[in-house]
Amino acid sequence: MSETLATLTGVSKTYQKGKERVEVLHNLDLQIPAGDFIAIMGPSGSGKTTLLNLLGGLDKPSSGMVRVGDAELSSMSNSQLSHWRSTNVGFIFQFYNLLPVLTAQKNVELPLLLTDFSGKERTKRAAIALDIVGLGDRARHYPRELSGGQEQRVAIARAIVSDPALLLCDEPTGDLDRETADEILKLLQILNREHGKTIVMVTHDAQAAEYANRTLHCDKGTLEAREAV
Amino acid sequence: MKYFGLIWKNVWRKKIRTSLTLLSVFVAFLLFALLSAIGYAFKSGEDVADAERLVIIDKVSLINPLPMAYKNRIAATEGVHSVTHASWFGGYYQDPRNQFAQFPTDPYEYFSMYPELEMPEDQLENWAKNRQGAVLGRELAEQFGIEVGDRIPIQATIWTKADGGRTWEFDIEGIFETNDPRGSTAFLLFQYDYFEEARAFGKGTVGWYILRVTPDADPVQVANTIDLQFANSASETETSTEAAFAQSFAKQFGNIALIVTMILGAVFFTLLLVSGNTMSQSVRERISELAVLKTLGFSDRSVLGIVLAEAVLIMLMGGLLGLGIGWLLVQGAAQQLGAFLPGIFLSGEAILTAIGIMIGAGIVAGIFPALKAMRLSIIDALARA
Repeated sequence: MSETLATLTGVSKTYQKGKERVEVLHNLDLQIPAGDFIAIMGPSGSGKTTLLNLLGGLDKPSSGMVRVGDAELSSMSNSQLSHWRSTNVGFIFQFYNLLPVLTAQKNVELPLLLTDFSGKERTKRAAIALDIVGLGDRARHYPRELSGGQEQRVAIARAIVSDPALLLCDEPTGDLDRETADEILKLLQILNREHGKTIVMVTHDAQAAEYANRTLHCDKGTLEAREAV
Repeated sequence: MKYFGLIWKNVWRKKIRTSLTLLSVFVAFLLFALLSAIGYAFKSGEDVADAERLVIIDKVSLINPLPMAYKNRIAATEGVHSVTHASWFGGYYQDPRNQFAQFPTDPYEYFSMYPELEMPEDQLENWAKNRQGAVLGRELAEQFGIEVGDRIPIQATIWTKADGGRTWEFDIEGIFETNDPRGSTAFLLFQYDYFEEARAFGKGTVGWYILRVTPDADPVQVANTIDLQFANSASETETSTEAAFAQSFAKQFGNIALIVTMILGAVFFTLLLVSGNTMSQSVRERISELAVLKTLGFSDRSVLGIVLAEAVLIMLMGGLLGLGIGWLLVQGAAQQLGAFLPGIFLSGEAILTAIGIMIGAGIVAGIFPALKAMRLSIIDALARA
């Protein structure tokens, strides 16, 4: 691990909940080296997902700075963030969030619609991504025709198809049985080790966190580091 | 265009709902096509009107006749180049459903007044020589298979003959055409002399006069001069342009344009509610999917465009189908009803208007759901999912 991919400096995030102001993250500092695989654990409401949203440019900090690569996310407009997300970050959700009306192939192609690639090039790249996750033969299947594990593999293919440096996973195995969860986590490990993807994974599952290089515990808006066992 | 696959798939997400919406759009534009064509038929008389032709009718009502004695006085008015007359006969051929216009008139005067009507010179001469002769337009000749030399009966609905009969027989001496593509030839002309001699009542009158002003005359001034001449007489006149005459003639059937506009207004208002509801439901059902698109990097504008495009696509699919079927029906009706309602036609202007309405209605129906999708907070939407 060498250069830093993402840096959070003095990041706080406050939400207004009715008349009450709730501070979810408090003066957080974090450096994520390129090629790292970090698991973030912690109780519900501890700010894990908020941290992920800030790293992915889905939300902005109330104060502090979020930098990913060369981009200073905290100062970018919404349209700049949209454009940045399309090429720099891949998202993997607990419930896969595939579009049910599209085949696996077309779901994976979605991020490429935002590029200048031709239709043929999009098809080719989506096929490669599906091959990487081991679902090359399921390209024409709709999400309803796939198992949960297969759906999550398609979601991973969609996350990597535009070759982003950073993958953000929000409980990626939360909806899967142990065996399937292990398959998905091994796939994430391969993406980290062989394809050099930097991965930040939010999880409640201690066994899932073991696949990461290190685990950070989030509690009451602050982070505490623990090395992987 | 690269979003088309996504838009298409979203449109067909709920097949039954989309099909029902398409059906309502289809019916609306089918109705639009049919009513536009009918409206066009009633308006076609105005479109082919000649600015140098004036029409003189009775001031009280078009159905009141004018004395034949007016003709020479009109012809002598300054600025009048030529004058002829016609009357409404109102008969039918063989079957009451076969109604078309028949006008008793003067052969040479009429054809000189309407140079757009074309007929071989020998046929015009033959007609002028034969008091029981008649000529008819190509549209009618083809519709009823009538040829020159045929003798055809016309059943009168107004003009009984002096002998009490209602069947008027005519020798077809010619078939005319028009060089004006908007004009109709769905009418029959016969000799006024025969009409005058054989009818049981109304002798010495005509329905209306048509006159052509000299090129240097002011048509409005000529019209005023003529009306002044007959002011305070038993039959006061109203002289107007041919276009105004065609308009007042069409208005005998009611204000067709207003009726058409009101029907279509109600139809399209309902259509907006139906399609707006469809789009709102469609967006509500996939809030999380729209949030995913935004997460992947689709901009607010792209999401707005995708939802709007879905609404416009539904309108275009249903609308073009309705317009297409409407066009086919109008083509069929033009052949079946051409004689009764000449000029029934789905114009290019109507087609362009319809396409404009489709796009406009799509935007109006889709704009609020599209704005909702555009303003969607990714975090809130994903948290709800």
